[in-house]
Amino acid sequence: MHVSGSSPSSATSPGKVRRSSAVLYYTLSMNVAGVSLDPVIRVDGLTKRFGQFAAVDNVSLSVSPGEIFGLIGPNGAGKSTLIKMLTTLVAPTEGHARVAGFSIQDQAPSVRRRIGYIPQLLSADGALTGYENLLLSARLYGIPRTERDAKIREGLALMGLEQEASVLVQRYSGGMIRRLEIAQGMMHRPAVLFMDEPTVGLDPAARRAVWNYVLEARRTMHATVFLTTHYMEEAEELCDRIALIHRGQVQQVGTPSELIEPLGPEATLEDVFTSLTGSEMDSGGDYREVQRTRRSIRQRG
Amino acid sequence: MRSSEHVEASGSAAEFLTQVYAVADAEFHKLRHDPLELLMRAAQPLLWLLIFGNVMAQVRGLTAGSMSYLDFLAPGILAQSILFAAIFYGISAIWERDLGVVHRYLVSPASRSAIIMGKQISASIRGLAQALIIYSISAVMRLSVDFNPLKIVGVIVFIALGSALFSTLSLIIACIVRTRERFMGIGQVLTMPIFFASNAIYPLDIMPSWLRALAMINPLTYEVDALRMLMMKTEVSPGALLVDFLVLFGVSALLLAIATRLYPRMAA
Ligand SMILES: Nc1ncnc2c1ncn2[C@@H]1O[C@H](COP(=O)(O)OP(=O)(O)OP(=O)(O)O)[C@@H](O)[C@H]1O
Ligand SMILES: [Mg+2]
Repeated sequence: MHVSGSSPSSATSPGKVRRSSAVLYYTLSMNVAGVSLDPVIRVDGLTKRFGQFAAVDNVSLSVSPGEIFGLIGPNGAGKSTLIKMLTTLVAPTEGHARVAGFSIQDQAPSVRRRIGYIPQLLSADGALTGYENLLLSARLYGIPRTERDAKIREGLALMGLEQEASVLVQRYSGGMIRRLEIAQGMMHRPAVLFMDEPTVGLDPAARRAVWNYVLEARRTMHATVFLTTHYMEEAEELCDRIALIHRGQVQQVGTPSELIEPLGPEATLEDVFTSLTGSEMDSGGDYREVQRTRRSIRQRG
Repeated sequence: MRSSEHVEASGSAAEFLTQVYAVADAEFHKLRHDPLELLMRAAQPLLWLLIFGNVMAQVRGLTAGSMSYLDFLAPGILAQSILFAAIFYGISAIWERDLGVVHRYLVSPASRSAIIMGKQISASIRGLAQALIIYSISAVMRLSVDFNPLKIVGVIVFIALGSALFSTLSLIIACIVRTRERFMGIGQVLTMPIFFASNAIYPLDIMPSWLRALAMINPLTYEVDALRMLMMKTEVSPGALLVDFLVLFGVSALLLAIATRLYPRMAA
């Protein structure tokens, strides 16, 4: 098990999340022993260009079943664009990818049935209650009528939202909305859960709660999780493997300790990042994205 | 194997209907949580009927056959309020896009056309709420509203069609312009001509011929024509009604096909 480095932000770090050793063993044995499990996500030369500009530039990577895989990179690095391609929302300009065994280009409906997606912005509808949001998802995903109520109640209970089931989501706190969205994204038991900055705008306690729910979701439903984050300690605590992405290109992939070790005993993931990009995390970025992130944070209260 | 793959990709008919219902029901719940919005929409038709209608009724020569001008105007204002309520759908789609709610629909296995049909149905529910308000105003003003149940069923059908048509048109514009500012601009530029180049507030025969030509290719004209026969105590011409129906149905189906293709652009 890797040891968390003393990152400068550890004062605000929500602390270590204990993960189930069974799952850890499962993923490690898979990665280390190289058990030939087919990757659940296989990305091959994926590129997305907006005009001349390549937001995602020839990215290749693969993720094993049960892994929590993190994508980190500065604003505008292409994280969201990559996730949108893998979730069939945006068509790639070049390259291929398979998710849960199906091509994102040619078999998009089959991919959609097997994935959950929690976008960087809101996905829960503020004008509906928590229960109504989950009901909408249950129907969209074809969960049989006789099972809907039980599944919705189960999701609410798992995320600690039973009390707020019939409250309009616009009255929820940011942490509650994120939990509802996880319930929403997990209700149909997806093979892969995509989360785009799942903890942006949350306080440390709420962030930690989200981590616990992600681990819990993996433990109980054996889902693979593909997430993006700006928080180094989040990547270190939560992810089995991390890809560093900068200007649309994957710079390095590995376990947190694999990435940190070469830089010496005092190094942190942040140092790894700085050494690769030569810049701070907050450089670059794009007005529209910032505005959107802010707006979504405000919406979440 | 191939056939099961096919079933999975397209989903069953029951699943399709559930998806349509899911979207419509969610919109319906939103309306129930915020009924004030519907009431506020009553203000505009009230002003048109009370002020515009009463003033214009004084103008000599502005008579439409045997109908009084106010009887002539009421169905036109009903059509107008359906048009304006439906145009709201494009703005709400852009709003959903800015928030991220659209992505949730598009990442689900729900068929794109089911999502849009769900929106069409919820637009129809709004349209029916408008009708309730305008029927009430008209009754209070002692206009010759026809409460024959068969004709009311006809009104419901045409309100559903008109709402579906104009909400889908609005959604298509939203998919093309994608920002609220641009939508507001285009929405203004579009709704006013649709409204004025129609028979909503004056009969076709008093229009200059160029305007009449425009009105004849304007779907709102067919909506108004049908509502005028069905809402008021006038004779119904089944042939004309059938033409109205076919035009509105055909245009709606065409717009649905276009919107289904364009809607995924909202995720980008
Ligand atoms: N629809 C679009 N049209 C044009 N450019 C776009 C579009 N979407 C994204 N981009 C650009 O592509 C680049 C990558 O954007 P993306 O949202 O994937 O970055 P990100 O890594 O998720 O950033 P953040 O951390 O701010 O969320 C940015 O420069 C952005 O401006
Ligand atoms: Mg992003």
